[in-house]
Amino acid sequence: MSDNKENKKKPATHSSKGTTGKKNWPLWEIFVRSKNGLEHRHFGSLHAADADMALENARDVYTRRNEGVSIWVVESKNITASNPEHNGEMFEPASDKVYRHPTFYDLPDDVKHM
Amino acid sequence: MSEKEVKNMEAIFDQKIANDEKIEPKDWMPEKYRKTHIRQISQHAHSEIVGMLPEGNWITRAPSLRRKVALLAKVQDEAGHGLYLYSACETLGISREELYNQLHSGKAKYSSIFNYPTITWADIGAIGWLVDGAAIINQVPLCSTSFGPYARAMVRVCKEESFHQRQGYEIMLTLCNGTPEQKEMAQDALNRWWWPSLMMFGPTDDESTHTEQSMKWKLKRKTNDELRQQFIDQTVPQAEILGITIPDKDLKWNEERGHYDFGKIDWDEFWQVVKGHGPCNKDRLETRVNAWEEGEWVRDAAMVYAEKQADRKVRKVS
Ligand SMILES: [Fe+2]
Ligand SMILES: [Fe+2]
Repeated sequence: MSDNKENKKKPATHSSKGTTGKKNWPLWEIFVRSKNGLEHRHFGSLHAADADMALENARDVYTRRNEGVSIWVVESKNITASNPEHNGEMFEPASDKVYRHPTFYDLPDDVKHM
Repeated sequence: MSEKEVKNMEAIFDQKIANDEKIEPKDWMPEKYRKTHIRQISQHAHSEIVGMLPEGNWITRAPSLRRKVALLAKVQDEAGHGLYLYSACETLGISREELYNQLHSGKAKYSSIFNYPTITWADIGAIGWLVDGAAIINQVPLCSTSFGPYARAMVRVCKEESFHQRQGYEIMLTLCNGTPEQKEMAQDALNRWWWPSLMMFGPTDDESTHTEQSMKWKLKRKTNDELRQQFIDQTVPQAEILGITIPDKDLKWNEERGHYDFGKIDWDEFWQVVKGHGPCNKDRLETRVNAWEEGEWVRDAAMVYAEKQADRKVRKVS
């Protein structure tokens, strides 16, 4: 059994057999602002030949239902990320600095608006 | 890392997941976790992509403009689902090219349901109603799975799926309220898609090999049999509203269990299709490979154009 293909025109096709296979489209990270007043947020990634195409593809992949009013695309290779294995030296210094939080300071209860 | 250190890392890792913390791509993870996730997420992505083919078959012949725009939008969503999932999978260190190679060479699997043919317009209704319905039940628990990018992709997918199921059910409803021939078409589609839809939940629990590990990693939150039962229980009343009959003479409400009892699933058929002997396996893969190969010159041209534009920009600046 196979699909019913009655009344279907066979589309014209261009075979590319024998081409050399050029470079793959690079990967882009997509950031979308869902409405004014909110920040751009990472939505995911996609492949595109250049930035313009990345923007168009991002529109089609990530904002098909008005999820955005602005899109940023950044080629993934341009992002420098911290290494989670170094999270200790990276983030722990902040955890013993309790004096950065308002609750560190002792004030009598009758001080208002503070 | 020594074996003992790895064991230690694994214990910390398992604890993190047990505490409902998420795993992100650059975090340390056991090799088995990485491999299992690449396999499952890519299979899922391939299913979305191949899943466009049986429905795409009817876009040009949809019976009205309303049906046509809806089906087009649905199939486009499935392409989007494939892309969300491929990009989630790529964060685990495998390239898109490699993923496509695995699909095109037949090494990777995709959901067997898409190896069944779409013979009449009613099949488009049955697919939306039953296949997307089953997919939703499989996917909702994955919104809280342990691997961050997979969970985030699934949240987006699940938001979009409910339109798919509703458009399918509406097609069935229209046919069932139509002429006797139209209702007959709807019944015929239900007859052909019912059992394959039940198989979408995978082998029975006593035959399923990965369940325990998958539960621990939250790739599964309920067993295959539990999900299948949930699907049957919610679908039977929907068929009653349509006024068509589920093709299972053993289907019966069981007061004591609070669930429907149902007949034996033909697992031989399931394994035959999985092994590549379904009605459309060859056709699906061929169509997919052709689409990829015949698009190669377009992808190459776009790349050359992009490089030229970049060159021009550099020259303008200097
Ligand atoms: Fe989907
Ligand atoms: Fe869907």
